Amino acid sequence: MSAADYEVTIGLEIHVQLATRTKMFCGCETSFGDDPNTHTCPRCLGLPGSLPLPNAKAVHFGLMMGLALGSKIAPRSIFHRKNYFYPDLPKGYQISQFDEPLCDGGELGGVRLNRVHLEEDAAKLNHAGGTGRIQGSDASVVDFNRGGTPLAEIVTEPDITSAEQASEWLRLLRVTIRQLGVSDVNMEEGSLRCDANISIRPKGQAELGTKTELKNMNSFRFIERGIKAEVARQVAIVDGGGQVTGETLHFDPRTEAITSMRSKEEAHDYRYFPEPDLVPVVITPDMIEAAKAELPELPLQREDRFIALGVEPGAARTLSWRPELGDLFEAELATDGSQPKALAALITNELLKRIGDGEVTDSKAAPGSLAQLVALTAAGTVSSSGARTVLDTLFASGGDPAAIVEAEGLTAMGGGDELTPIIQAALDANPDVAEKLRTGDMKPIGVIVGFVMKETKGRADGKEVTKVTRQLLGL
Amino acid sequence: MSDLTSIIREQSATEQIAAIKSGALDARELFEAYRSRAAADTFNAFTWVADEAPAALPAADTPLAGLPVAVKDLFSTEGVPTQAGSKLLEGYRPPYTSTAVAKLEAAGASMHGKTNQDEFAMGSSNENSAFGPCQNPWDPERIPGGSSGGSAAAVAAGHAPWALGTDTGGSIRQPAAMCGLVGLKPTYGAVSRYGMIAFASSLDQAGPITRTVADAALMLEHLHGADSRDMTSVGLREPIAVPSRESLEGLVIGVPAELTGEGVEEGVAAAFQVALAEAEALGASLETIHLPHAEAALSAYYVLAPAEASSNLSRFDGVRYGNRVEDADGTLLGMYTRTRHDGFGPEVKRRIMLGTYALSAGYYDAYYGTAQRVRTKIAGDFTEAFKKVDVIATPTSPTVAWKLGEKSSDPLAMYLSDICTIPMSLAGIPGISIPCGTSQGMPVGLQLAAPAFGENLLLGVAHALERTLGFDTGGAIR
Repeated sequence: MSAADYEVTIGLEIHVQLATRTKMFCGCETSFGDDPNTHTCPRCLGLPGSLPLPNAKAVHFGLMMGLALGSKIAPRSIFHRKNYFYPDLPKGYQISQFDEPLCDGGELGGVRLNRVHLEEDAAKLNHAGGTGRIQGSDASVVDFNRGGTPLAEIVTEPDITSAEQASEWLRLLRVTIRQLGVSDVNMEEGSLRCDANISIRPKGQAELGTKTELKNMNSFRFIERGIKAEVARQVAIVDGGGQVTGETLHFDPRTEAITSMRSKEEAHDYRYFPEPDLVPVVITPDMIEAAKAELPELPLQREDRFIALGVEPGAARTLSWRPELGDLFEAELATDGSQPKALAALITNELLKRIGDGEVTDSKAAPGSLAQLVALTAAGTVSSSGARTVLDTLFASGGDPAAIVEAEGLTAMGGGDELTPIIQAALDANPDVAEKLRTGDMKPIGVIVGFVMKETKGRADGKEVTKVTRQLLGL
Repeated sequence: MSDLTSIIREQSATEQIAAIKSGALDARELFEAYRSRAAADTFNAFTWVADEAPAALPAADTPLAGLPVAVKDLFSTEGVPTQAGSKLLEGYRPPYTSTAVAKLEAAGASMHGKTNQDEFAMGSSNENSAFGPCQNPWDPERIPGGSSGGSAAAVAAGHAPWALGTDTGGSIRQPAAMCGLVGLKPTYGAVSRYGMIAFASSLDQAGPITRTVADAALMLEHLHGADSRDMTSVGLREPIAVPSRESLEGLVIGVPAELTGEGVEEGVAAAFQVALAEAEALGASLETIHLPHAEAALSAYYVLAPAEASSNLSRFDGVRYGNRVEDADGTLLGMYTRTRHDGFGPEVKRRIMLGTYALSAGYYDAYYGTAQRVRTKIAGDFTEAFKKVDVIATPTSPTVAWKLGEKSSDPLAMYLSDICTIPMSLAGIPGISIPCGTSQGMPVGLQLAAPAFGENLLLGVAHALERTLGFDTGGAIR
């Protein structure tokens, strides 16, 4: 069988560091990049006799996430201890949630959620020498600054069917959480981390195949490549008559190699039990109201609203998944609301092209000038190609669009009379193209349009050029 | 006998505080007297003794007037060795002080020593200490009880006017009984656990070991209180009154059939009966009651406490503090294994294994789940009983202090020593042990238990009985 004969099933487990001022169970500040072990106390170091104190803000953020993701909020949830030994875990257990999480179920962008729960982050291990992993390193040191940072763990149902969908969905989740303002969701800094549970089964088979868990892929690109590599590995195993074994895997983005971290037999028995140092988290209606009051418009809601304005779905998605573009769109629209579709197109195509990998703030276009440019185009004052030239100027140095049109001589040309000699010159210069066009094959019309645009510095209107050309050729 | 020695022998902590306040006694001289006695202690009651009195003792107008206090080594004390009876924590000096000790110090107490204990509070004889067993001042060939054995021995020997202990299944009450002292385990949540090295978090409570009921009341008044650093602490609902009750008229004392019959040594049973008769003479009426699930208490306790302990003790991994022992193979697992193998004593290892097993996948519900259900039933038994009776009385321990080494090879026999105190721990209710006579020349303890937050009732009844029983708690002071 080939890869196409298998269905892929993916469930994601996402850890999001919450942007609280202090840690989950102590008063130390959360931090990134500070000197090692400068944000620690008896609690987050797990010193004997210390006790955890839950962070109310983290619970509040958890509620916001649960509400935004359509989860059922548990009126009473409890923390459990997840027991295992590792040097980054100072107490020898992680305080997490188990069978009574804060948020149950939910859904985002067609993917069902199992739960959202709160827990504490582990500290950061740095391995000197060797491969950078603990095995074979010369020495390992622990930085407890990160230890105890509040985490929300989001677990999906196995509703994702491809690597592309996984990464696309994760982008939606990221922008949704970013919009909530509860996390920086920065994969490089580790404030968003993703593990994937992956299995394959022959198409049509009801029961799911044996799943493997792919750990800690730290960029969208790696997630897609990692899942693809693991699916390929599983397909090769099953095609070769073998069986996938349940294990935890590590993806090396440099080599794309997948290596086993531990087999199912070696899997930890976490010995979960209710954390006796904490009392249950009781959620009052007031707490839910307070969380609701802080919910912003979410990307999917914004997308729907833009579509309702007449924006093309693709552009609506771009604008709502890149909130800074959406904000620009709305600001421009507020100055002139007559052309939402064209304005959205200008921003998501032309402006975005110019921004490239940069920021929206790289654009020097003054507020309202994009909407003005769209209005000038709609009125026929400037051609769409002329508008692109104007945008170049707006982007690079700002200014008034009408004045730029004037100054750069970009006023749209009228119809026939002005265009006829130029088109004739274009046909004369390209006899083979003219011949094809005469036979009714309009494919090479672009050559003529291009010639005219060049001659007119883009002031001509492409549709008008086509019309006049047909007239000249008697078509 | 010098004046100070006779004061130490004859006066309670409360009386000594009053004497300091009146100017009759000099706090610094008294501190030095206790300090030098502790430094010269031959019972191995102390694991640390102050080199000298603090430069500035708390003033005489503070509630506790600078009176020394001995503190069980389970309490974190900033800059002072806190080793919990374990080799693994040898030399560990915490960077912070537990709330209980900080509160006593804020009230004017001054710590002059840390006391020996069973390792991580696991034991009933103080023999499970990495720093050697502690002896009973009433008879140095016998154990002082445990796990707060050092605290009890220190007070019984007159090496401390009073001491702070902890009780998980009887670790204050049982050594108090065996050393002829008063020991109070408060309602769970009355005293903050912050800074107290955890054995079993849902059971651990700090409390006083003292010469008199009034002393226990005084220390409790300065110990209890909701602490923002411990979510499970709630404090008591009313201030602790100075106990003054003399009559037990109208009081109904429940005597649970399950905890007063089989297994209780003859001499202990006899002393217990005398105490009950005295109670009746003071006007109390006795009623036999039943705690139907009490017989399962020991089993439930030895699932729940080790389960919590197995997790609580995971932090002792050699990574951040305490003794680290590298393994020849140079691996992380090797370091963990050697550190814990060499650092923990046999009883601690036994309980870690028991607890780990009880929480394992596939066994969790059968062990931990069942034990939790038993715990709920036991709490229910007490709730039912307290509808009929005001307080409950039992012997504190079924035996007097045994000879050192006598039960060392028989953990089960040792566990049975706490059979009368564990049910109250599981129910989270307060219990007090007061001396009620002797057997084989050794003190016998009477345990009284009250509903949760019933400390004032408990202390009042204990005070009335203490007066009439007239035990000399200074009997072992030389």
